[in-house]
Amino acid sequence: MIKLCSIFLFLFSLNAFAIVGGHEYQFNSDDPALNESRALLFSELAKELRCPKCQNQNLSDSNAMIAADLRRELYSQVKEGKTEQQIIDFMVDRYGEFVLYRPALNSRTAVLWYGPVVILALALFILAMVIINRRSKQAPKSSFSQNSDVMLDSDFSNYKVTEKEQDRIDELLNSSPDVDNKDGK
Amino acid sequence: MQRLTLFIPFAIFVLLGFFLWRGLYLDPKDIPSALVDKNFPNFELPALANGEIKTVNDLKGTVQLVNVWGTWCISCKVEHPFLVELAEQGVSIVGINYKDDNDAALKWLKDLGNPYIFTVDDEEGTLSMDLGVTGAPETFIVDANGVVRHKHQGVITKANWGPLAAIRDNLILESSRP
Repeated sequence: MIKLCSIFLFLFSLNAFAIVGGHEYQFNSDDPALNESRALLFSELAKELRCPKCQNQNLSDSNAMIAADLRRELYSQVKEGKTEQQIIDFMVDRYGEFVLYRPALNSRTAVLWYGPVVILALALFILAMVIINRRSKQAPKSSFSQNSDVMLDSDFSNYKVTEKEQDRIDELLNSSPDVDNKDGK
Repeated sequence: MQRLTLFIPFAIFVLLGFFLWRGLYLDPKDIPSALVDKNFPNFELPALANGEIKTVNDLKGTVQLVNVWGTWCISCKVEHPFLVELAEQGVSIVGINYKDDNDAALKWLKDLGNPYIFTVDDEEGTLSMDLGVTGAPETFIVDANGVVRHKHQGVITKANWGPLAAIRDNLILESSRP
């Protein structure tokens, strides 16, 4: 039994496999570390390459004929020891940048890569402006309300009263409260 | 100034509306071919009819339509009569029989007519993979020097042949110049 187990362990330590789309892909070269890294590369690329036929599925999820062909191609290329970049170049040469879920950074994709950052920065900037604006409006208001119960907008603090208005103010202030009430009731 | 900031949500709405409106008229299946303006990939494949090995050199010399088809492909059956018609008008068409059964393919050509000057048998789909074919039918317009100049995905019909014919005519003109 122990012997059997050790054989199993030996086998598993030597061969690595990746399970992609419900299939098991074996990597069984002589170097266990290499098998491990290739299996990882294979499953990563199968998730990151987009099936050219089926729009929103990656190679590992798609049932399309072309996806199956590309999975097989991917498997054989990884087994041959091609690097990630070589495989990506192979796919892009044939199917265009469409197959990359993470498109390369160039002048055509710059908006794609930097757009969200720019929009976030813009949103933060606008938020900051709004907060600063509100604070500067609130500051005089709050200091005023400590001294008086009259609410005054900050705009009013700079307001120059005209002569005509001053007369009206005086008239109102000097009039007796009875007169005022008469109108109200 | 304060007033203008009130229009920001409206501006965002207009911008978003514009992109969404544009999106209505974009075909997500219309993927630009990576192969346009590149050399037709090298291949060494047997001709369907007699097993004679054909290479990319057999394409050169004249402007060709290279049509990828298979008997398993229903749209190809729709397309086929029009290809026969084009061939009768003198359009030079080369076929790539994509992942197909040879006998079925030969029977298809016998029954429905053979518009191709020759058809290569791409049973493994290797050439089709090099061409970036994602399905059938697909048609490439290849110039006299063996450079892919246009890719058409889907069925060629009387209705959409016009622009393709124009591209082909231009290439023929181009190749006739010294």
